[in-house]
Amino acid sequence: MSKTLLNIENLHAEIEDKQILKGLNLKVNAGEIHAIMGPNGAGKSTLASVLSGRDGYEMTEGKVDFDGTDLMELDPDERAKEGLFLAFQYPVEIPGVSNINFLRTALNEIREYRKEEPVSAKEFMTMVRERSQIVELDSKLASRSVNVGFSGGEKKRNEIFQMAMLEPKLAILDETDSGLDIDALRIVAAGVNKLKNENNAVVLITHYQRLLDYIKPDFVHVLADGKIIKTGGPELALELEEKGYDWLTK
Amino acid sequence: MANYTEEELAKDLQTQEYEFGFTSDIDSDTIPKGLNEDVIRFISAKKNEPSWLLDYRLNAYHTWLEMEEPKWAHVKYKKPDFQDISYFSAPKKQYESWDDVDPEMKATMDKLGISMDEQKKLTGVAVDFVMDSVSVATSFKEKLSELGIIFCSFSEAVENHPDLVKKYLGTVVPSSDNYYATLNSAVFSDGSFCYIPKGVRCPMELSTYFRINSSGTGQFERTLLVADQGSYVSYLEGCTAPQRDENQLHAAVVELIAMDDAEIKYSTVQNWYPGDKNGKGGIFNFVTKRGLCEKNAKISWTQVETGSAVTWKYPSCILKGDNSIGEFYSVAVTNNHQQADTGTKMIHLGKNTKSTVISKGISAGQSQNSYRGLIQIHKSASNARNFTQCDSLLMTDKCGAHTFPYIECANNTARLEHEATTSKIGEDQIFYCQQRGISEEKAISLIVNGYAKEVLNKLPMEFAVEAQKLLAISLENSVG
Repeated sequence: MSKTLLNIENLHAEIEDKQILKGLNLKVNAGEIHAIMGPNGAGKSTLASVLSGRDGYEMTEGKVDFDGTDLMELDPDERAKEGLFLAFQYPVEIPGVSNINFLRTALNEIREYRKEEPVSAKEFMTMVRERSQIVELDSKLASRSVNVGFSGGEKKRNEIFQMAMLEPKLAILDETDSGLDIDALRIVAAGVNKLKNENNAVVLITHYQRLLDYIKPDFVHVLADGKIIKTGGPELALELEEKGYDWLTK
Repeated sequence: MANYTEEELAKDLQTQEYEFGFTSDIDSDTIPKGLNEDVIRFISAKKNEPSWLLDYRLNAYHTWLEMEEPKWAHVKYKKPDFQDISYFSAPKKQYESWDDVDPEMKATMDKLGISMDEQKKLTGVAVDFVMDSVSVATSFKEKLSELGIIFCSFSEAVENHPDLVKKYLGTVVPSSDNYYATLNSAVFSDGSFCYIPKGVRCPMELSTYFRINSSGTGQFERTLLVADQGSYVSYLEGCTAPQRDENQLHAAVVELIAMDDAEIKYSTVQNWYPGDKNGKGGIFNFVTKRGLCEKNAKISWTQVETGSAVTWKYPSCILKGDNSIGEFYSVAVTNNHQQADTGTKMIHLGKNTKSTVISKGISAGQSQNSYRGLIQIHKSASNARNFTQCDSLLMTDKCGAHTFPYIECANNTARLEHEATTSKIGEDQIFYCQQRGISEEKAISLIVNGYAKEVLNKLPMEFAVEAQKLLAISLENSVG
C-alpha cells in the first residue's frame, strides 16, 4: 500500500468568523489524483487557502497531517518547503522580480531547509530550459518579471512550470482550468500528467468536468457546505456534469 | 601621516574590521565645543590653510549668523544647539581595541557582509577612508596620478593644488547658498577632492567611506569633484555611522563640475544611524549636493538612502550648457520614526537639455517619507525635456508618503512629464512568495528590491549588492 501524503480529519475552518469548512475529511496517498468538485461557495478554494496557510483563514477544529508533520503548525513557507504546492487561481504579479530570480530564490530556500546544497547557476538554467518545455512556456518568459504582462494562459502555464521546478510532494491546483482556452488547457494538463509519478499526488479543485478529460482522477469528491458529501471514481464527474449538484445537496 | 604607506593601510584594514556601531578608542585632537570666529581660525590654522580660505570661511560664518534655518521641509526635529558641537576632531594615532561592538550592529554587519577587508578586495575600487574629520589614508593614488587624476583629501588638495581648489570651490554651491551649506562653508573639516584631466576616462570607481566617530562631533565634509572637458568618472560615496544616543549633525556639501562633454556618475549609499525603534538618537543629515553641467555634459546622481533620523537632501543639476543631461535616481527607505525629505532640482538653462528623475520611496513603521522636486525650465532652455516618476510604497498603515513636485516653466517648447504612484506592499505578493518556499523576510526583500530595481540597476555592481542587503535589513519586521 502506498504512503499517505495528506490526511485531513474533521477540518473546521473559518474566515472572518464565518464558518466555511465544517468537518471535512480527506485522505490522499502517494501516486493518486483527487478531484474536488462542488457548487460555488462550497468551500473549495477555502480548503486550498487553509492548507497553504493564507492569512485570515483559520482552522478552528480538526487535524491535518502532511507526510508525518502537523501541517497547521507550520508557517506558509515551511509548508511549501515540506513539499506542498498551490497552483493559484489568480497568480500574483511581482514587478521587477524576474521569474528566474524568484524560482532560484525559492528553490534554494527549499534546498537549504532540506539541508541540501544550493543549485548551481548552470544546473539551474538547464532545469529552466528543460522544464519550461513541459508546459511549452517560451523561455523568454522565464526572464520576465513574475507574471507581469503574462496572458491568462501564460500565467497558468507558469504555475505548472513552477511546480515542475519545485517538485512538490503534493500539488493543489486551484481552478487551474478557469480562463483557459482548449489548447492551453491541453498543454497545462499534459504538463501535470508528465509531472505526476508514484511518489507524488495531485488535488484538482475544479468546477468543470472538462479538465478531467485530460487529467484522469483516481477519486472524485463532491464538496458542499463545508463537507465532502460524496466520493466516487471518474464516472462521478460525468454524472455531475449531466445532473448538476442539486440532487446531492437536497 | 606622511609616512603612512599603502601596506600599512592594508595591514590596518586587515586587522581592523570596519563595523558601524562603535567608537574606536583613539585620542582625538578635539577642540572645545562651540562656534565663534576663534574656532574657525583654529580649524584653518590647524590645517595650514592659505588666507583666502580663512577669509572664505569667515565670510560664510558672518553670512550664516544672519540666516535662518529653513522650515519648509516636511520633517520635525529639535534644532541642533550649534554651541554644543565640537567643530574639529582629528585622530592622533592608529586604532586600538575592536571589541566593545554593539551586538545588534555586529549582526547587521554580518548580514551586510561588508568589512573593510572585503572592501579592499573589490578590485578596482580606490578607498579614501575618512575617519572623523581627517582623511587617514588614500589608496591607489599612484595609479591614478599616472593619468593625471587627482584624488585626495580636501586638506591635501588645499595644500598641493590650491589653484584648482580656489578656482572651483563655492562655484556651484555658493557660500551663501542655504543655512546648512553656509555653515559647512564656515567650518568644513575635510572631505574629498577629485580632478579628472581633459579627455581622461577614470579607469576605476572612486570610492569614499565616511564615518562619524567621536561623540558629539559634527561632521562637515566638503567634496569637490571636477571633470575636465571630455572626461569621465564614476564616484561612490558610502556612509555609515556608529550608534549614538544623542542626535548628531551631518551637514555636507558636494559640488560637481562637469565641463564640456564630460560625464560624472555619483552614487551614494547612505546608512547613517537612524535612531532606535522609539526614535531616540540618530543622525541629522542636512546635505547640499549640486552639479553643474557645461555643454554636452552629463551628471547622474544615484542614491540609496536607508539611514539617518532626519534627511534633508536634494542632489541637483544645473544644466547650463546646451544639450547637457541631468539624472536623478533615488531609493529612500524610512522605518520606525525616520523622516526623509529628499528629491532633486533640475535647473534647465541650456537648449535641448534633458533631465530624468526616478524616485522610489519606501515607508515603513511610523516614518514619513517625502519626495520634493523642482523642475525649472528657464526662458533660454528651448526644447528642454524632463521626465519625472515618483513612486511610493507603503509597508504599514502608520507611515506616510508625500510628494511635492514643483514645476516652473518659462519656455513653451519644453516637454515635461510627471508620473506618480502610491501602493501598499501586497499581502498577496508576500503570500505568493511564501507558498513557493520563500520566508516572509526574504519575500519582502525580494519584492522591495524588485520595486527599486530601476534605481538599483544604476549603481555600480559592488554597490548594488550592498544596497540590496541594506534595503532588506532596513525593512526587517516592517510589514504591518
